[in-house]
Amino acid sequence: MRTWFPYPLLSFGLLLIWLLLNQSVAPGTIVMGTVLATGLAWVTLKLSPVRSHPRRILLVLHFGLTVAFDVIRSNLAVTAVILRGRRRPPSSGFLTVDLDLDDENALALLACVMTATPGTAWLEYDRGRKSLLFHVLDMENEDVWLDTVKRYEAALKEIFG
Amino acid sequence: MSHLTDLPVWAAVLVCGLTVLGAAVALIGSVGLLRFTSFYERLHAPTLATSGGVLLICTASIICFAVLQSRWVFHEILIIVFVVVTTPVTLMLLGQAALYRDRVEEKRGVPLKQRPTREEPTE
Amino acid sequence: MMELAIIWSILIAQIMLGLAMAFAFYRMVRGPRAQDRILGLDTLYINAMLMLLTFGIRTANSLYFESALIVALIGFVSSIAFGKFLMRGEIIE
Repeated sequence: MRTWFPYPLLSFGLLLIWLLLNQSVAPGTIVMGTVLATGLAWVTLKLSPVRSHPRRILLVLHFGLTVAFDVIRSNLAVTAVILRGRRRPPSSGFLTVDLDLDDENALALLACVMTATPGTAWLEYDRGRKSLLFHVLDMENEDVWLDTVKRYEAALKEIFG
Repeated sequence: MSHLTDLPVWAAVLVCGLTVLGAAVALIGSVGLLRFTSFYERLHAPTLATSGGVLLICTASIICFAVLQSRWVFHEILIIVFVVVTTPVTLMLLGQAALYRDRVEEKRGVPLKQRPTREEPTE
Repeated sequence: MMELAIIWSILIAQIMLGLAMAFAFYRMVRGPRAQDRILGLDTLYINAMLMLLTFGIRTANSLYFESALIVALIGFVSSIAFGKFLMRGEIIE
């Protein structure tokens, strides 16, 4: 099983994408999609990505919901900052925070989440020091941002163990 | 413009509302891109369009096609997933490039490169 | 009445997206530095993709979806290529 499907989740995702792109569930499409999914999984094997094992689907779902909620909230916040305009220019600034994540994939996920959220932008991560430099648009509540990052870090630590 | 009137009222209201709202969010993002004064502030502006705008307009499109052609294939989800996955990569790369260039030029107001943790030899 | 409301709201959405594209284009032409221009280009691509999606809603043609996907793909790849070019550090203005 493992030799045929080195990355079952990746293969399944690729098959799903193929079906969505073709917009059909005809047998031919499924066969072609399966062939492509297994082939591309082997190609990925050559790239030897870092493996990690996320645990507990429920925690992942909870993390996703938290992120979605935060994205909506910060969308509104950034909209307010932009519409406020010249009357009160945003007080943006750089922040550094020390992270304690070892898992590569957890770091990548954290980077994606933080950049996708309007209001925070991941800039640089120092592997030696394990400290992260990021930029926030609204510095007024600096502690809230540090708190948010720490919260994400704790959730990711629990998920990736 | 004939087919859109075939929509039931609730779907039409939903589609129109979501489309206008999504476009408004994207417009606000672009206004931010225009207004902010430093690059690092501008880096936050496109995320409005890529999170709020894409999500709202794709939802409108999903509802529109699902009700009109009564076929529940959500290929717009592909666009959402693709944009959500790729935008952070672009913005991170741009942020790092900007940081790098600003450091080379020794601009003011840019955080310095963090020193490596290696212990300095004591003299 | 309903028809008018639908037509107008889609039109308003398209006008707003067009304005957004114009702002992004302005930032691309004007942008003080290279990274601003690339950011403007990226935003332009995203807004163009959204514009294509609204065209798809307006004409109920799923061909627009394909083109939106392709625009998103090309936009991502080009922005990454430009960004990498800046990272090389050989083109300091």
